[in-house]
Amino acid sequence: MDANMKDIVLKYVIDEYLEDDSETLTYDSPLISGGIVDSFSMVSLKRFLENKYSISIPDADATPEAFDTVNKICVLVEKFAGK
Amino acid sequence: MAYSDDIRKMYKDTLQGIMDAGLFKQERFIHSPQAAEIDVEFPIGAPLKRVINICANNYLGLSSHPEVVKAAHEGLDSRGYGMSSVRFICGCQDIHKELEARLTEFLGTEDTVLFPSCMDANAGVFEAILTKDDVMISDRLVHASLIDGIRLASALHDTYKHNDMEHLEQKLQLHADKRQKLVICDGVFSMDGDTAKLDEMVALCEKYNAMILVDDSHSSGFIGKTGRGTHEKYGVMGKIDVITTTFGKGLGGASGGCVSGRRELVEMCRQKARPYLFSNTMAPVIVAGVLKVMDLIMHNTERRDKLERNTEFWRKGLTEAGFVLKDGDTPIVPVMLFNAKLSQDVSRDLFHEGVYAIGFFFPVVPQGAARIRTQVSAGHEMHHLEKALDAFIKVGKKYEILGKTKAEIIERYGN
Ligand SMILES: Cc1ncc(COP(=O)(O)O)c(C=O)c1O
Repeated sequence: MDANMKDIVLKYVIDEYLEDDSETLTYDSPLISGGIVDSFSMVSLKRFLENKYSISIPDADATPEAFDTVNKICVLVEKFAGK
Repeated sequence: MAYSDDIRKMYKDTLQGIMDAGLFKQERFIHSPQAAEIDVEFPIGAPLKRVINICANNYLGLSSHPEVVKAAHEGLDSRGYGMSSVRFICGCQDIHKELEARLTEFLGTEDTVLFPSCMDANAGVFEAILTKDDVMISDRLVHASLIDGIRLASALHDTYKHNDMEHLEQKLQLHADKRQKLVICDGVFSMDGDTAKLDEMVALCEKYNAMILVDDSHSSGFIGKTGRGTHEKYGVMGKIDVITTTFGKGLGGASGGCVSGRRELVEMCRQKARPYLFSNTMAPVIVAGVLKVMDLIMHNTERRDKLERNTEFWRKGLTEAGFVLKDGDTPIVPVMLFNAKLSQDVSRDLFHEGVYAIGFFFPVVPQGAARIRTQVSAGHEMHHLEKALDAFIKVGKKYEILGKTKAEIIERYGN
Protein backbone atom coordinates (compact mmCIF):
# COMPACT_ATOMS: atom_id res chain seq x y z
CA MET A 1 0.00 0.00 0.00
CA ASP A 2 1.10 3.52 -0.72
CA ALA A 3 2.65 4.69 2.57
CA ASN A 4 2.27 8.22 1.37
CA MET A 5 -1.49 7.82 1.17
CA LYS A 6 -1.70 6.78 4.81
CA ASP A 7 0.10 9.90 5.91
CA ILE A 8 -2.04 12.14 3.74
CA VAL A 9 -5.24 10.62 5.13
CA LEU A 10 -3.96 10.73 8.71
CA LYS A 11 -3.01 14.37 8.37
CA TYR A 12 -6.40 15.21 6.90
CA VAL A 13 -8.21 13.47 9.78
CA ILE A 14 -6.09 15.26 12.38
CA ASP A 15 -6.53 18.68 10.77
CA GLU A 16 -10.21 18.17 10.13
CA TYR A 17 -11.50 16.53 13.26
CA LEU A 18 -9.18 17.12 16.21
CA GLU A 19 -9.88 20.36 18.02
CA ASP A 20 -7.09 19.80 20.50
CA ASP A 21 -3.55 19.46 19.11
CA SER A 22 -2.38 17.41 22.06
CA GLU A 23 -4.35 14.33 21.01
CA THR A 24 -2.50 11.77 18.92
CA LEU A 25 -3.82 9.37 16.31
CA THR A 26 -2.32 6.33 14.64
CA TYR A 27 -3.20 4.47 11.46
CA ASP A 28 -5.27 2.09 13.59
CA SER A 29 -7.05 4.51 15.93
CA PRO A 30 -10.79 3.87 15.79
CA LEU A 31 -12.21 7.04 14.27
CA ILE A 32 -15.93 6.47 14.16
CA SER A 33 -16.37 3.86 16.88
CA GLY A 34 -13.92 5.94 18.94
CA GLY A 35 -16.08 9.04 18.60
CA ILE A 36 -13.47 11.13 16.79
CA VAL A 37 -15.45 11.37 13.55
CA ASP A 38 -19.23 11.27 13.83
CA SER A 39 -21.00 9.54 10.98
CA PHE A 40 -22.46 12.93 10.04
CA SER A 41 -18.99 14.39 9.37
CA MET A 42 -17.85 11.41 7.31
CA VAL A 43 -19.17 13.35 4.33
CA SER A 44 -16.21 15.68 4.11
CA LEU A 45 -13.73 12.83 4.49
CA LYS A 46 -15.44 10.91 1.68
CA ARG A 47 -15.46 13.96 -0.60
CA PHE A 48 -11.83 14.70 0.22
CA LEU A 49 -10.80 11.17 -0.78
CA GLU A 50 -12.88 11.26 -3.94
CA ASN A 51 -11.39 14.57 -5.05
CA LYS A 52 -7.85 13.75 -4.02
CA TYR A 53 -7.70 10.32 -5.68
CA SER A 54 -10.18 10.97 -8.49
CA ILE A 55 -12.43 8.12 -7.46
CA SER A 56 -16.07 7.66 -6.63
CA ILE A 57 -16.99 5.70 -3.52
CA PRO A 58 -20.58 4.39 -3.75
CA ASP A 59 -22.68 5.20 -0.66
CA ALA A 60 -23.18 1.48 -0.07
CA ASP A 61 -19.43 1.09 0.43
CA ALA A 62 -19.00 4.22 2.54
CA THR A 63 -20.02 2.47 5.75
CA PRO A 64 -18.91 3.53 9.24
CA GLU A 65 -16.96 0.24 9.45
CA ALA A 66 -15.06 0.89 6.23
CA PHE A 67 -14.12 4.35 7.47
CA ASP A 68 -13.16 3.36 10.99
CA THR A 69 -9.36 3.58 10.75
CA VAL A 70 -6.86 5.22 8.45
CA ASN A 71 -5.66 1.76 7.38
CA LYS A 72 -9.19 0.67 6.46
CA ILE A 73 -9.84 3.89 4.60
CA CYS A 74 -6.72 3.36 2.50
CA VAL A 75 -7.85 -0.18 1.64
CA LEU A 76 -11.15 1.26 0.49
CA VAL A 77 -9.51 3.96 -1.61
CA GLU A 78 -7.19 1.46 -3.29
CA LYS A 79 -10.12 -0.79 -4.09
CA PHE A 80 -11.81 1.95 -6.07
CA ALA A 81 -8.61 3.53 -7.41
CA GLY A 82 -7.89 0.30 -9.25
CA LYS A 83 -11.15 0.45 -11.17
CA MET B 1 -53.23 -2.38 27.34
CA ALA B 2 -50.35 -1.81 25.09
CA TYR B 3 -48.34 0.12 27.65
CA SER B 4 -47.23 -3.03 29.47
CA ASP B 5 -45.18 -3.18 32.66
CA ASP B 6 -42.11 -4.03 30.58
CA ILE B 7 -42.51 -0.97 28.42
CA ARG B 8 -43.04 1.24 31.47
CA LYS B 9 -39.99 -0.23 33.14
CA MET B 10 -37.81 0.49 30.13
CA TYR B 11 -38.73 4.20 30.20
CA LYS B 12 -38.43 4.38 33.98
CA ASP B 13 -34.92 2.92 33.75
CA THR B 14 -33.97 5.38 31.03
CA LEU B 15 -35.19 8.29 33.14
CA GLN B 16 -33.36 6.91 36.17
CA GLY B 17 -30.20 6.78 34.05
CA ILE B 18 -30.61 10.46 33.19
CA MET B 19 -31.08 11.22 36.88
CA ASP B 20 -28.07 9.13 37.95
CA ALA B 21 -25.91 10.95 35.43
CA GLY B 22 -26.94 14.24 37.06
CA LEU B 23 -28.52 15.40 33.82
CA PHE B 24 -32.16 15.51 34.86
CA LYS B 25 -33.71 18.88 34.09
CA GLN B 26 -35.93 20.25 36.82
CA GLU B 27 -38.17 23.25 36.28
CA ARG B 28 -38.41 26.14 38.71
CA PHE B 29 -41.82 27.76 38.94
CA ILE B 30 -42.07 31.53 38.51
CA HIS B 31 -45.16 33.18 40.00
CA SER B 32 -44.69 36.64 38.50
CA PRO B 33 -44.29 38.19 35.04
CA GLN B 34 -40.87 37.81 33.41
CA ALA B 35 -38.68 40.73 34.54
CA ALA B 36 -35.42 41.73 36.23
CA GLU B 37 -36.92 40.57 39.53
CA ILE B 38 -39.11 37.49 39.74
CA ASP B 39 -40.89 35.45 42.44
CA VAL B 40 -39.69 31.85 42.34
CA GLU B 41 -40.95 28.68 43.97
CA PHE B 42 -37.92 26.44 44.36
CA PRO B 43 -37.70 23.69 45.34
CA ILE B 44 -41.32 22.74 44.63
CA GLY B 45 -43.51 23.73 47.57
CA ALA B 46 -40.99 26.17 49.06
CA PRO B 47 -42.21 29.68 49.91
CA LEU B 48 -41.80 32.23 47.13
CA LYS B 49 -38.44 33.95 46.94
CA ARG B 50 -37.86 37.25 45.13
CA VAL B 51 -34.66 36.99 43.11
CA ILE B 52 -32.79 38.89 40.40
CA ASN B 53 -33.09 37.07 37.09
CA ILE B 54 -29.82 37.10 35.17
CA CYS B 55 -30.43 34.17 32.81
CA ALA B 56 -33.40 35.23 30.68
CA ASN B 57 -33.23 36.10 26.99
CA ASN B 58 -35.13 39.25 27.91
CA TYR B 59 -32.36 41.37 26.38
CA LEU B 60 -34.39 44.53 25.81
CA GLY B 61 -36.49 44.19 28.95
CA LEU B 62 -39.67 44.16 26.87
CA SER B 63 -41.19 40.87 28.08
CA SER B 64 -43.57 42.64 30.44
CA HIS B 65 -43.34 46.19 29.13
CA PRO B 66 -46.66 48.00 29.83
CA GLU B 67 -47.00 49.27 26.25
CA VAL B 68 -46.43 45.81 24.80
CA VAL B 69 -48.94 44.29 27.22
CA LYS B 70 -51.46 47.00 26.33
CA ALA B 71 -50.98 46.47 22.59
CA ALA B 72 -51.47 42.73 23.06
CA HIS B 73 -54.75 43.40 24.91
CA GLU B 74 -55.92 45.63 22.08
CA GLY B 75 -54.90 43.04 19.51
CA LEU B 76 -56.88 40.41 21.38
CA ASP B 77 -59.95 42.68 21.37
CA SER B 78 -59.71 43.71 17.73
CA ARG B 79 -58.47 40.48 16.05
CA GLY B 80 -59.64 37.76 18.41
CA TYR B 81 -57.81 34.89 20.06
CA GLY B 82 -57.13 32.22 17.46
CA MET B 83 -57.16 31.70 13.72
CA SER B 84 -58.14 28.01 13.67
CA SER B 85 -56.26 27.63 10.40
CA VAL B 86 -52.83 27.54 8.85
CA ARG B 87 -51.74 30.65 6.96
CA PHE B 88 -52.61 29.73 3.40
CA ILE B 89 -56.14 28.47 4.07
CA CYS B 90 -57.67 31.22 6.22
CA GLY B 91 -55.04 31.96 8.86
CA CYS B 92 -53.51 35.23 7.68
CA GLN B 93 -54.73 38.61 8.95
CA ASP B 94 -53.75 42.11 7.89
CA ILE B 95 -51.56 42.40 10.98
CA HIS B 96 -49.52 39.35 10.00
CA LYS B 97 -48.66 41.05 6.69
CA GLU B 98 -48.03 44.32 8.50
CA LEU B 99 -45.56 42.65 10.85
CA GLU B 100 -43.75 41.00 7.94
CA ALA B 101 -43.36 44.40 6.26
CA ARG B 102 -42.05 45.98 9.47
CA LEU B 103 -39.51 43.19 9.92
CA THR B 104 -38.32 43.53 6.32
CA GLU B 105 -37.80 47.23 6.95
CA PHE B 106 -36.08 46.67 10.29
CA LEU B 107 -33.73 43.93 9.13
CA GLY B 108 -32.97 45.65 5.82
CA THR B 109 -33.99 42.65 3.72
CA GLU B 110 -36.24 42.10 0.69
CA ASP B 111 -39.09 40.08 2.21
CA THR B 112 -40.11 38.20 5.39
CA VAL B 113 -42.36 35.28 6.29
CA LEU B 114 -43.53 34.52 9.84
CA PHE B 115 -43.23 31.09 11.45
CA PRO B 116 -44.75 29.73 14.68
CA SER B 117 -41.22 29.84 16.17
CA CYS B 118 -37.62 30.21 15.06
CA MET B 119 -37.23 26.50 15.70
CA ASP B 120 -39.88 26.03 13.02
CA ALA B 121 -38.22 28.56 10.71
CA ASN B 122 -34.95 26.65 10.99
CA ALA B 123 -36.73 23.32 10.61
CA GLY B 124 -38.37 24.43 7.37
CA VAL B 125 -36.00 26.72 5.54
CA PHE B 126 -33.30 24.32 4.31
CA GLU B 127 -35.53 21.79 2.61
CA ALA B 128 -37.55 24.65 1.12
CA ILE B 129 -34.62 26.30 -0.65
CA LEU B 130 -32.14 23.45 -1.32
CA THR B 131 -32.13 20.12 -3.14
CA LYS B 132 -29.90 17.06 -3.12
CA ASP B 133 -27.61 18.76 -5.63
CA ASP B 134 -26.67 21.41 -3.06
CA VAL B 135 -24.45 21.58 0.00
CA MET B 136 -24.93 23.13 3.47
CA ILE B 137 -21.73 24.15 5.26
CA SER B 138 -22.37 24.97 8.91
CA ASP B 139 -20.29 26.21 11.84
CA ARG B 140 -19.74 23.36 14.30
CA LEU B 141 -21.39 25.29 17.14
CA VAL B 142 -24.69 26.24 15.50
CA HIS B 143 -27.88 26.01 17.53
CA ALA B 144 -29.72 22.69 17.85
CA SER B 145 -32.68 23.97 15.83
CA LEU B 146 -30.41 24.59 12.82
CA ILE B 147 -28.96 21.12 13.17
CA ASP B 148 -32.45 19.63 13.14
CA GLY B 149 -33.39 21.64 10.06
CA ILE B 150 -30.20 20.54 8.33
CA ARG B 151 -31.04 16.92 9.13
CA LEU B 152 -34.45 17.31 7.53
CA ALA B 153 -32.95 18.53 4.26
CA SER B 154 -31.74 16.35 1.41
CA ALA B 155 -28.73 18.52 0.52
CA LEU B 156 -25.25 17.32 1.48
CA HIS B 157 -24.06 18.58 4.87
CA ASP B 158 -20.56 19.49 5.98
CA THR B 159 -19.16 21.57 8.82
CA TYR B 160 -16.30 23.95 9.55
CA LYS B 161 -14.54 24.53 12.85
CA HIS B 162 -16.10 27.24 14.97
CA ASN B 163 -15.41 30.66 13.45
CA ASP B 164 -12.40 29.25 11.54
CA MET B 165 -12.39 31.16 8.24
CA GLU B 166 -9.52 29.18 6.74
CA HIS B 167 -11.40 25.95 7.33
CA LEU B 168 -14.58 27.45 5.88
CA GLU B 169 -12.67 28.44 2.75
CA GLN B 170 -11.31 24.89 2.39
CA LYS B 171 -14.86 23.58 2.58
CA LEU B 172 -16.08 26.05 -0.03
CA GLN B 173 -13.32 24.78 -2.31
CA LEU B 174 -14.04 21.14 -1.54
CA HIS B 175 -17.70 21.56 -2.51
CA ALA B 176 -17.16 23.92 -5.43
CA ASP B 177 -18.91 21.52 -7.82
CA LYS B 178 -22.23 21.64 -5.96
CA ARG B 179 -25.11 23.55 -7.54
CA GLN B 180 -25.82 25.85 -4.58
CA LYS B 181 -23.62 26.29 -1.54
CA LEU B 182 -25.18 27.63 1.67
CA VAL B 183 -23.01 28.73 4.59
CA ILE B 184 -24.85 28.55 7.93
CA CYS B 185 -24.05 30.17 11.28
CA ASP B 186 -25.48 31.83 14.37
CA GLY B 187 -24.98 35.62 14.47
CA VAL B 188 -24.33 35.51 18.21
CA PHE B 189 -23.54 32.01 19.44
CA SER B 190 -25.91 31.25 22.26
CA MET B 191 -23.61 29.34 24.61
CA ASP B 192 -20.38 31.31 24.18
CA GLY B 193 -21.71 34.80 23.42
CA ASP B 194 -19.21 35.38 20.61
CA THR B 195 -20.20 36.57 17.13
CA ALA B 196 -19.74 35.17 13.62
CA LYS B 197 -17.28 37.23 11.55
CA LEU B 198 -19.90 38.14 9.00
CA ASP B 199 -17.71 40.60 7.06
CA GLU B 200 -15.13 37.92 6.31
CA MET B 201 -17.82 35.33 5.71
CA VAL B 202 -19.67 37.49 3.20
CA ALA B 203 -16.38 38.12 1.37
CA LEU B 204 -15.73 34.37 1.18
CA CYS B 205 -19.27 33.72 -0.01
CA GLU B 206 -18.85 36.31 -2.74
CA LYS B 207 -15.55 34.78 -3.79
CA TYR B 208 -17.00 31.26 -4.05
CA ASN B 209 -20.50 32.19 -5.20
CA ALA B 210 -22.15 30.81 -2.06
CA MET B 211 -25.22 31.98 -0.15
CA ILE B 212 -25.18 32.71 3.59
CA LEU B 213 -27.81 32.08 6.28
CA VAL B 214 -27.52 33.65 9.73
CA ASP B 215 -29.66 32.79 12.77
CA ASP B 216 -29.81 36.12 14.58
CA SER B 217 -32.04 35.01 17.46
CA HIS B 218 -29.59 36.32 20.07
CA SER B 219 -28.95 39.58 18.19
CA SER B 220 -32.13 41.00 16.67
CA GLY B 221 -33.08 44.25 18.39
CA PHE B 222 -29.79 45.09 20.05
CA ILE B 223 -26.58 44.03 18.23
CA GLY B 224 -25.27 46.77 15.92
CA LYS B 225 -25.52 50.54 16.33
CA THR B 226 -29.27 50.61 15.80
CA GLY B 227 -29.98 47.06 16.92
CA ARG B 228 -30.60 45.52 13.49
CA GLY B 229 -28.41 42.56 14.29
CA THR B 230 -25.02 41.01 13.63
CA HIS B 231 -25.11 42.08 9.97
CA GLU B 232 -25.26 45.70 11.09
CA LYS B 233 -22.36 45.23 13.51
CA TYR B 234 -20.18 43.87 10.69
CA GLY B 235 -21.32 46.33 8.03
CA VAL B 236 -22.95 43.76 5.75
CA MET B 237 -26.62 44.77 5.82
CA GLY B 238 -28.28 43.76 2.57
CA LYS B 239 -25.67 41.06 1.97
CA ILE B 240 -27.08 38.28 4.13
CA ASP B 241 -29.24 36.08 1.91
CA VAL B 242 -31.31 34.57 4.72
CA ILE B 243 -31.78 35.74 8.30
CA THR B 244 -33.81 33.63 10.71
CA THR B 245 -34.76 35.06 14.06
CA THR B 246 -37.13 34.73 17.01
CA PHE B 247 -39.58 36.96 18.86
CA GLY B 248 -39.07 34.77 21.90
CA LYS B 249 -36.01 36.64 23.16
CA GLY B 250 -35.18 40.35 22.75
CA LEU B 251 -38.21 41.19 20.60
CA GLY B 252 -40.83 40.82 23.32
CA GLY B 253 -40.01 37.34 24.49
CA ALA B 254 -43.37 35.67 23.80
CA SER B 255 -42.95 33.42 20.77
CA GLY B 256 -42.78 33.29 17.01
CA GLY B 257 -40.04 33.55 14.44
CA CYS B 258 -39.37 34.39 10.84
CA VAL B 259 -37.32 33.84 7.71
CA SER B 260 -36.22 37.14 6.19
CA GLY B 261 -34.02 37.72 3.16
CA ARG B 262 -33.96 37.41 -0.62
CA ARG B 263 -37.43 37.70 -2.13
CA GLU B 264 -37.30 34.40 -4.02
CA LEU B 265 -35.95 32.44 -1.05
CA VAL B 266 -38.70 33.78 1.22
CA GLU B 267 -41.28 32.92 -1.44
CA MET B 268 -39.87 29.39 -1.62
CA CYS B 269 -40.56 29.11 2.13
CA ARG B 270 -44.17 30.20 1.57
CA GLN B 271 -44.55 27.55 -1.11
CA LYS B 272 -42.63 24.71 0.48
CA ALA B 273 -41.63 25.10 4.14
CA ARG B 274 -43.56 22.48 6.06
CA PRO B 275 -43.97 24.27 9.43
CA TYR B 276 -45.47 27.21 7.47
CA LEU B 277 -47.78 24.94 5.48
CA PHE B 278 -48.83 22.56 8.22
CA SER B 279 -48.84 24.50 11.50
CA ASN B 280 -50.78 27.54 12.68
CA THR B 281 -48.76 30.72 12.61
CA MET B 282 -48.39 33.22 15.46
CA ALA B 283 -51.62 34.08 17.29
CA PRO B 284 -52.99 37.60 16.64
CA VAL B 285 -52.38 38.66 20.23
CA ILE B 286 -48.66 37.98 19.86
CA VAL B 287 -48.45 39.64 16.45
CA ALA B 288 -49.98 42.76 18.01
CA GLY B 289 -47.38 42.65 20.78
CA VAL B 290 -44.44 42.28 18.39
CA LEU B 291 -45.78 45.15 16.26
CA LYS B 292 -45.57 47.36 19.36
CA VAL B 293 -42.03 46.11 20.01
CA MET B 294 -41.15 47.21 16.47
CA ASP B 295 -42.64 50.66 17.18
CA LEU B 296 -40.54 50.96 20.31
CA ILE B 297 -37.21 50.07 18.70
CA MET B 298 -37.47 51.01 15.01
CA HIS B 299 -36.25 54.59 15.49
CA ASN B 300 -35.12 54.55 19.09
CA THR B 301 -31.89 53.04 20.38
CA GLU B 302 -32.37 53.89 24.08
CA ARG B 303 -32.95 50.30 25.13
CA ARG B 304 -30.11 48.74 23.20
CA ASP B 305 -27.81 51.55 24.37
CA LYS B 306 -28.73 50.85 27.97
CA LEU B 307 -28.16 47.14 27.39
CA GLU B 308 -24.70 47.95 26.01
CA ARG B 309 -23.85 50.00 29.10
CA ASN B 310 -25.18 47.29 31.42
CA THR B 311 -23.17 44.65 29.55
CA GLU B 312 -19.99 46.69 29.87
CA PHE B 313 -20.54 47.12 33.61
CA TRP B 314 -21.29 43.44 34.12
CA ARG B 315 -18.33 42.11 32.14
CA LYS B 316 -15.96 44.56 33.77
CA GLY B 317 -17.25 43.77 37.26
CA LEU B 318 -16.92 40.01 36.86
CA THR B 319 -13.49 40.32 35.24
CA GLU B 320 -12.16 42.58 37.99
CA ALA B 321 -13.56 40.22 40.61
CA GLY B 322 -11.35 37.51 39.09
CA PHE B 323 -13.81 35.22 37.30
CA VAL B 324 -12.84 33.44 34.08
CA LEU B 325 -15.20 34.65 31.33
CA LYS B 326 -15.59 33.80 27.67
CA ASP B 327 -14.32 36.74 25.64
CA GLY B 328 -16.85 38.82 23.79
CA ASP B 329 -18.92 41.98 23.85
CA THR B 330 -22.48 40.65 23.72
CA PRO B 331 -24.98 40.46 26.62
CA ILE B 332 -24.31 36.71 26.88
CA VAL B 333 -21.57 36.50 29.50
CA PRO B 334 -20.53 32.94 30.37
CA VAL B 335 -18.81 32.56 33.75
CA MET B 336 -16.58 29.53 33.27
CA LEU B 337 -16.45 26.90 36.02
CA PHE B 338 -15.43 23.89 33.88
CA ASN B 339 -16.69 21.27 36.35
CA ALA B 340 -20.36 20.23 36.09
CA LYS B 341 -20.97 19.80 39.81
CA LEU B 342 -19.27 23.09 40.64
CA SER B 343 -21.63 24.83 38.20
CA GLN B 344 -24.61 23.28 39.99
CA ASP B 345 -23.27 24.21 43.43
CA VAL B 346 -22.54 27.79 42.44
CA SER B 347 -26.00 28.13 40.87
CA ARG B 348 -27.67 26.84 44.06
CA ASP B 349 -25.65 29.18 46.30
CA LEU B 350 -26.39 32.15 44.05
CA PHE B 351 -30.08 31.40 44.45
CA HIS B 352 -29.65 31.54 48.23
CA GLU B 353 -28.07 34.95 47.73
CA GLY B 354 -31.07 36.09 45.68
CA VAL B 355 -29.71 35.62 42.15
CA TYR B 356 -31.26 33.28 39.61
CA ALA B 357 -28.62 31.91 37.19
CA ILE B 358 -28.44 28.40 35.84
CA GLY B 359 -25.43 26.11 35.45
CA PHE B 360 -24.90 24.60 31.99
CA PHE B 361 -22.90 21.44 31.49
CA PHE B 362 -22.49 18.51 29.12
CA PRO B 363 -24.23 17.79 26.76
CA VAL B 364 -25.51 21.38 26.41
CA VAL B 365 -21.88 22.57 26.33
CA PRO B 366 -18.76 20.44 25.68
CA GLN B 367 -17.39 18.13 28.35
CA GLY B 368 -15.22 20.08 30.80
CA ALA B 369 -16.68 23.44 29.78
CA ALA B 370 -19.41 23.80 32.44
CA ARG B 371 -20.45 27.34 33.15
CA ILE B 372 -23.02 29.75 34.50
CA ARG B 373 -24.40 31.56 31.48
CA THR B 374 -25.38 35.05 32.58
CA GLN B 375 -27.43 37.30 30.32
CA VAL B 376 -27.71 41.01 30.81
CA SER B 377 -30.97 42.88 30.15
CA ALA B 378 -31.95 46.47 29.51
CA GLY B 379 -34.52 45.72 32.23
CA HIS B 380 -31.73 45.54 34.80
CA GLU B 381 -31.11 48.70 36.80
CA MET B 382 -27.67 49.39 38.21
CA HIS B 383 -28.77 48.26 41.70
CA HIS B 384 -29.76 44.85 40.28
CA LEU B 385 -26.38 44.36 38.67
CA GLU B 386 -24.51 45.59 41.75
CA LYS B 387 -26.41 43.20 43.99
CA ALA B 388 -25.89 40.32 41.57
CA LEU B 389 -22.19 41.10 41.37
CA ASP B 390 -21.92 41.07 45.18
CA ALA B 391 -23.60 37.66 45.20
CA PHE B 392 -21.22 36.29 42.58
CA ILE B 393 -18.22 37.57 44.52
CA LYS B 394 -19.48 36.08 47.78
CA VAL B 395 -20.05 32.67 46.20
CA GLY B 396 -16.79 32.89 44.23
CA LYS B 397 -14.91 33.47 47.48
CA LYS B 398 -16.60 30.50 49.12
CA TYR B 399 -15.36 28.18 46.36
CA GLU B 400 -11.99 29.97 46.18
CA ILE B 401 -12.11 30.45 42.44
CA LEU B 402 -11.58 34.22 42.25
CA GLY B 403 -8.33 35.15 40.51
CA LYS B 404 -7.77 31.50 39.62
CA THR B 405 -6.92 30.40 36.08
CA LYS B 406 -8.73 27.72 34.12
CA ALA B 407 -5.95 25.25 34.94
CA GLU B 408 -6.11 26.03 38.66
CA ILE B 409 -9.90 25.61 38.80
CA ILE B 410 -9.70 22.31 36.92
CA GLU B 411 -6.87 21.12 39.14
CA ARG B 412 -8.97 21.70 42.21
CA TYR B 413 -12.42 20.61 41.00
CA GLY B 414 -11.72 18.40 37.99
CA ASN B 415 -13.36 18.81 34.63
C1 LIG C 1 -29.88 30.47 18.08
C2 LIG C 1 -31.30 30.08 18.33
N1 LIG C 1 -32.10 29.81 17.28
C3 LIG C 1 -33.38 29.45 17.46
C4 LIG C 1 -33.94 29.32 18.71
C5 LIG C 1 -35.36 28.88 18.84
O1 LIG C 1 -36.20 29.97 18.98
P1 LIG C 1 -37.76 29.78 19.24
O2 LIG C 1 -37.95 29.80 20.71
O3 LIG C 1 -38.42 30.90 18.53
O4 LIG C 1 -38.15 28.45 18.64
C6 LIG C 1 -33.15 29.59 19.83
C7 LIG C 1 -33.74 29.47 21.17
O5 LIG C 1 -33.27 28.83 22.05
C8 LIG C 1 -31.80 29.97 19.63
O6 LIG C 1 -31.01 30.19 20.68
